[in-house]
Amino acid sequence: MQLTDRSKKTDKTPLTLAEKSYLPGIAKGLGITLKHFFSKKATIRYPEQKRYLGPIFRGHHILKRDEEGRERCTACGLCAVACPAEAISMVAAERVKGEESLYREEKYAASYEINMLRCIFCGLCEEACPKEAVYLRHDKFVPVFTSRDQVIYGKDQLVEDMNERYERDAWTKEEMQKLWAQQKPVNY
Amino acid sequence: MDSVFIIKSLIILGIFAISLTIAAYETYFERVIAAFIQDRVGPDRAGPFGLLQPLADAGKLFFKEDFIPGMADKWLFILGPSLAMLTALMTSAVIPFGDSILYDGQEILVQGIEVNIGILWVFGVVSLGVYGILIGGWASNNKYSLYGAIRAASQNISYELAMGLSIIAVLMMASSLSLRTIVESQHGMNWNIFYQPLGFIIFLTCSFAECNRTPFDLPESENELVAGYHTEYGSMKLGLYLFSEYVNMFISSAVIATLFLGGFNYPGMDWVYATMTENFGAVVGHNLSTLAGTLVFFAKIFAFIFLFMWVRWTLPRFRYDQLMDLGWKGLIPLAIVNLIITAAAELSGHALLVNWIGLGVFIALVYAWSAIFGTKKTSL
Ligand code: SF4
Ligand code: SF4
Repeated sequence: MQLTDRSKKTDKTPLTLAEKSYLPGIAKGLGITLKHFFSKKATIRYPEQKRYLGPIFRGHHILKRDEEGRERCTACGLCAVACPAEAISMVAAERVKGEESLYREEKYAASYEINMLRCIFCGLCEEACPKEAVYLRHDKFVPVFTSRDQVIYGKDQLVEDMNERYERDAWTKEEMQKLWAQQKPVNY
Repeated sequence: MDSVFIIKSLIILGIFAISLTIAAYETYFERVIAAFIQDRVGPDRAGPFGLLQPLADAGKLFFKEDFIPGMADKWLFILGPSLAMLTALMTSAVIPFGDSILYDGQEILVQGIEVNIGILWVFGVVSLGVYGILIGGWASNNKYSLYGAIRAASQNISYELAMGLSIIAVLMMASSLSLRTIVESQHGMNWNIFYQPLGFIIFLTCSFAECNRTPFDLPESENELVAGYHTEYGSMKLGLYLFSEYVNMFISSAVIATLFLGGFNYPGMDWVYATMTENFGAVVGHNLSTLAGTLVFFAKIFAFIFLFMWVRWTLPRFRYDQLMDLGWKGLIPLAIVNLIITAAAELSGHALLVNWIGLGVFIALVYAWSAIFGTKKTSL
């Protein structure tokens, strides 16, 4: 039974004299490797050079603000429930008078913590959120941590900075494919 | 102490240092070339372009635990790598790295020692080198090491025969065993490779085998023998084994360049010599043209080192019976034929012409033979 059309039939005819001397085969092989020696490299010098990871890469979490700069999260806890790694925990609080410019909803997260050691970057929190508050950035990694007290990310690290708003490059499949076609840095 | 002695010592020290440096950087370039051939970028973390990588490797090896297995023969276990390194470094003594330096009215040869049996010295020491592997493999008290060691021994013995036979043809042309005389007989572009294309291929193949390099790296074939003769070794003892392999590679490149590619000879050297002596005076001009010759020689060595690595990352390993077949049934008869052709050519007085005619006749005969008596078997 033929499984693929890529299989090559083994050539079992007797070797000719030239083939027995191995020299033509060796020359051919050396030619192939020499071609690769001068060809474009598939790998990059990573920490200095970086590749575009695509618009749907799941990186650092961010708690979005709305257009007026108010936090969108209403501390409903759906993200924490959806999280398979139980990485999210939060404390809800009621918005008092005068805080309308800070929080969009009447209830907000007084503290919101993600344990990055537990998180598996599955993105389910992003999918669960009804308020479009939590996202995983496509352009930023969670940095390497070297001790356990660095792994819990609080609101100070998660809430969006209004001066550096986060925009996702593409939302639809078509947009994404267009981006890939433009930004693909290396031809494999 | 007279200055001649000092210069001589400097030359010897220089050869020693250069062989070690080149061996160290061979490890780096081996990785870079491997990486480039496999479409990667290679080591680039230590220093600019990863140039400090050999230092980092050596540092790592020095700080590893120096372990001697319980059942191993302790002294032989230490002797093995030492011997391998010692013999690897000894060979470079007779290789003429350049013409000569004129100093103080004396002519100092750019060579460790000029002995009239240079090539025999190389052969003797290289054959000793297999003891390093054999002793190390045996002393490890490990069957894989022993297999590797025995493979190395039998492989070296088999290929030394063909190697020796192909060298005899060169020796007949130069009618001397001294490497310097052999080099001087290839003045200008009169290189032995043009007289001995077959001998060159045989010698090249055999030196791959002698250096235990792919496609003949059976002594350390990792998929069969863990790591062959150095399975039990770690720390700098392993380092010495690996390092001696790279020194050997450098030396065999140098020997190939000396025997077949005219050593420090290059086309137009007479013109360079004449212009140099004209412009800078007899002494300085002579020394400068010696320097040019040495540089050319090193360029040839580097080309061969590149070839060694290039082949390593191209060809798969031979099977053991294929290796022995190639050595005994392929290369040795070919070397004998080459010897006969060369002898006839030397006697005829038109060496170049008769060599090529002989080779052509031989190939035609083999073709005719295989066309008439062509068998169906695919042994090789
Ligand atoms: S990405 Fe997945 S694991 Fe990480 S916090 Fe969100 S839901 Fe939990
Ligand atoms: S981030 Fe979204 S899902 Fe999570 S608590 Fe806030 S509003 Fe609810």
